[in-house]
Amino acid sequence: EPSLYTVKAVIILDNDGERLFAKYYDGSYPSTKEQRVFEKNIFSKTQRSDSEIALLEGLTVVYRSSIDLYFYVIGSPYENELMLTAVLNCLFDSLSQMLRKNVEKRALLENMEGLFLAVDEIVDGGVVLESDPQQVVHRVLQAAKEQIKWTLLR
Amino acid sequence: MLALFLKRGHGGGSNPFQHLEKSAVLQEARVFNETPINPRKCAHILTKILYLINQGEHLGVMEATESFFAMTKLFQSNDPTLRRMCYLTIKEMSSIAEDVIIVTSSLTKDMTGKDDNYRGPAVRALCQITDSTMLQAIERYMKQAIVDKVPSVSSSALVSSLHLLKTSYDVVKRWVNEAQEAASSDNIMVQYHALGLLYHVRKNDRLAVNKMLSKFTRHGLKSPFAYCMMIRVASKLLEEEAGQLLLSLKISMQLLLCSYEGCFRAISTLPSLIATLAITTLLKTGSESSIDRLMKQISSFMSEISDEFKVVVVQAINALCQKYPRKHAVLMNFLFTMLREEGGFEYKRAIVDCIISIIEENSESKETGLSHLCEFIEDCEFTVLATRILHLLGQEGPKTNNPSKYIRFIYNRVVLEHEEVRAGAVSALAKFGAQNEEMLPSILVLLKRCVMDDDNEVRDRATFYLNVLEQKQKALNAGYILNGLTVSIPGLERALHQYTLEPSEKPFDLKSVPLATAPNAPVAVVKQPEKVAATRQEIFQEQLGAIPEFRGLGPLFKSSPEPVALTELETEYVVRCTKHTFVSHMVFQFDCTNTLNDQILENVTVQMEPTEGYEVIGYIPAKTLVYNQPGTCYTLVALSEEDPTAVACTFSCMMKFTVKDCDPNTGETDDEGYEDEYVLEDLEVTVADHIQRVLKPNFGAAWDEVGDEYEKEETFTLSAIKTLEGEGVSELLTFLLAPFRSLTGRLLGQSCSYCDNKLAQASKTQKSIPSPMGTRLDCGRQESILHSTVSGRQTFPEAFQIPPEDLCLLQDVSFLVHPP
Repeated sequence: EPSLYTVKAVIILDNDGERLFAKYYDGSYPSTKEQRVFEKNIFSKTQRSDSEIALLEGLTVVYRSSIDLYFYVIGSPYENELMLTAVLNCLFDSLSQMLRKNVEKRALLENMEGLFLAVDEIVDGGVVLESDPQQVVHRVLQAAKEQIKWTLLR
Repeated sequence: MLALFLKRGHGGGSNPFQHLEKSAVLQEARVFNETPINPRKCAHILTKILYLINQGEHLGVMEATESFFAMTKLFQSNDPTLRRMCYLTIKEMSSIAEDVIIVTSSLTKDMTGKDDNYRGPAVRALCQITDSTMLQAIERYMKQAIVDKVPSVSSSALVSSLHLLKTSYDVVKRWVNEAQEAASSDNIMVQYHALGLLYHVRKNDRLAVNKMLSKFTRHGLKSPFAYCMMIRVASKLLEEEAGQLLLSLKISMQLLLCSYEGCFRAISTLPSLIATLAITTLLKTGSESSIDRLMKQISSFMSEISDEFKVVVVQAINALCQKYPRKHAVLMNFLFTMLREEGGFEYKRAIVDCIISIIEENSESKETGLSHLCEFIEDCEFTVLATRILHLLGQEGPKTNNPSKYIRFIYNRVVLEHEEVRAGAVSALAKFGAQNEEMLPSILVLLKRCVMDDDNEVRDRATFYLNVLEQKQKALNAGYILNGLTVSIPGLERALHQYTLEPSEKPFDLKSVPLATAPNAPVAVVKQPEKVAATRQEIFQEQLGAIPEFRGLGPLFKSSPEPVALTELETEYVVRCTKHTFVSHMVFQFDCTNTLNDQILENVTVQMEPTEGYEVIGYIPAKTLVYNQPGTCYTLVALSEEDPTAVACTFSCMMKFTVKDCDPNTGETDDEGYEDEYVLEDLEVTVADHIQRVLKPNFGAAWDEVGDEYEKEETFTLSAIKTLEGEGVSELLTFLLAPFRSLTGRLLGQSCSYCDNKLAQASKTQKSIPSPMGTRLDCGRQESILHSTVSGRQTFPEAFQIPPEDLCLLQDVSFLVHPP
């Protein structure tokens, strides 16, 4: 069934598999409890693995890790893996720019706003909104740039 | 947020959100009511709230609503980050808090404001809180946003519209024109979103989707995301169409179970492809009793479908004929009716093929079939079909009870038709004359008239056949009229070419052309001249002919089909031998490989010691054998002159050579070597090496030609064989043909199927049937009488010292023993 709804979830876990951020766009895991079980599962399956993609619990999972963070984008088993990877990379690269290449837990926690806004620019309700990290960063920080203008003008 | 990039001084790398407590955070939200608003502080509180929600913290309706209301105050601030955080909060809380629509006006203002930063996110937030009634109020703004030049605005509007389809389909449907416009955008995400929206709106309208697809495939898409989407749409469409076809088929099958009548009425409403499939399925599943009715009903149907489908139906009828041979009369009638109607070449050809296969399979149908075909050719517009039928008449007609009735039809063709048909008719007449002594005088008269024809081909054929028939010799008739060319056609071409280049007193000798090992192409028209590849035999002929010592040997009669290995596979020297048989000599070709990398062999020959009869004439050595590069040496041997039948012999073989040591790395060899020899396995030459297959397409004629002198009758007790069918026959043949192992591969296959046919018939009638197989089978008793014959030019079984029961004439093959 062709559809724009390609992303089922975006998840960021820390080194211990604890959730730092998670957004579920469809009813695959309705309750928090189910979500946490799912996150534990994908964490244990992908923690040691080098590869970037897996089929877990009947869903396509593309993932990437950096220092002490694990990024996941989840889609249906029939989903185009490259699209999911595009989303993953967009998220990662945007954060990388915003955090000055320090894609690690501490930096991320200090910039939760940036993270929320970035994800909001990339995926909207399960639809891929933007795939270009430059655009994403631009829109997130545009606000900040405006702020500088104001402060300079004052 | 810029401030956030500077160190926030939250000491020690711990999680600033770690010990958040919901009620405390929500309490903090009271700060929102203060003026002036502290953007940083407020933004941070919002972040904490969002974090909590993200962690799965549950917010009650009351507390959510309260916090939501407090947040609305923050719209007074112009801080961009704060504003954005507000949008996020609105979205998160829209499902929990009540009365969220109060922010509608603020969002609408932002959506249409000057600040492009706000517009995209504002649209998305707004659409999250809007219900269908409210949507109409902002419809104008949405449409504007969709076609906005700023990509983020357009994308946001399109994606939001998509979400709104679930609740407000009718409203969003009205925005397709704007979406269509957006679809031509250069921005890859906008195009993707627009197409996605368009598809989702129209997905129940196949025609519209089709149009969309074709439009965008014509103009191309900029966006790879859009491409992926279109591919999926296209494949879904294909699935649906196939699904529809299957559904139609299923319906007709269900009707079939109820009644034929109903089914036919239903079939007439289906598209012709489905209808054809339905008909063919009916034909395949028809039972013997239903065939009559089926045929009646199909005839009316046939006039409505196109030629290609008619061919499909004819093929199904063909299959039906195979299944129910007793129904051949009904089916033939039907086929002939169809043949008489209008139709294209392929269609009529399919019918003729079908009729011919019935005639060939079913001897009871022969008479009627042939008569009908005669009528057909009276009025046939296709020369190919006419010539084909004439060929068939020539083949089958003479064997019928009343062959003379066909002559009139055939001769009429000679008088009335084009030259190709006339030529075919002449050949057919000749066949009648060749097989039927009573008719011969009349045929001769007719052929004499044909000699006066306008066309060269017709005259040539008539003259040729006339001459052959006037000789009144069975062998000639068989050789030149009834059986085709036994030699390979490309070989003949080459030999003739050779002959014209070297003018000679002697007439051209057909024996110098290698025999055909596979049946030549049948009478069907050859569409283009095909480049025929040289056969293996011809390649050998050329290779051997290039060696001066072998020039005088004459034409190559036969080469052994597979090289014989004279060593094991893993030995130091690997040698394989191919045997070439000439008129009075044999050449043994040894392909040798040296597998030792520290040696080079020079002057390699294979010495042979015959046990009897043969005489070694000479050796052609292989000059050098370098590591792993195969080389060839030859040994020439003459057949015994005193005793030409002593053809079986065992040769002991020894490879002799000069060995020079060689450095494996540099390849340098010593100057001096030493003589050495290497024993090979014995090589056997058998009768089979002197025997080549000759194809005889017309078995009956070949059988008659051999005559009674060479017939031998033997009786066998078959104790080990349980049944005669299938295996029994093949075991018999294996035993009989043991000396000719190298020839037997295909022979057995052919003979068995013919045999099986005869056996099947015999078992039905419980009689003994004489068959050209040479086997007379008495099915009641497990005994058989084998008729065996040897066909030869000069030699006789006794002289060969091979027990006569080992040789027999099988269908399709006679042995041409090569003369000494």
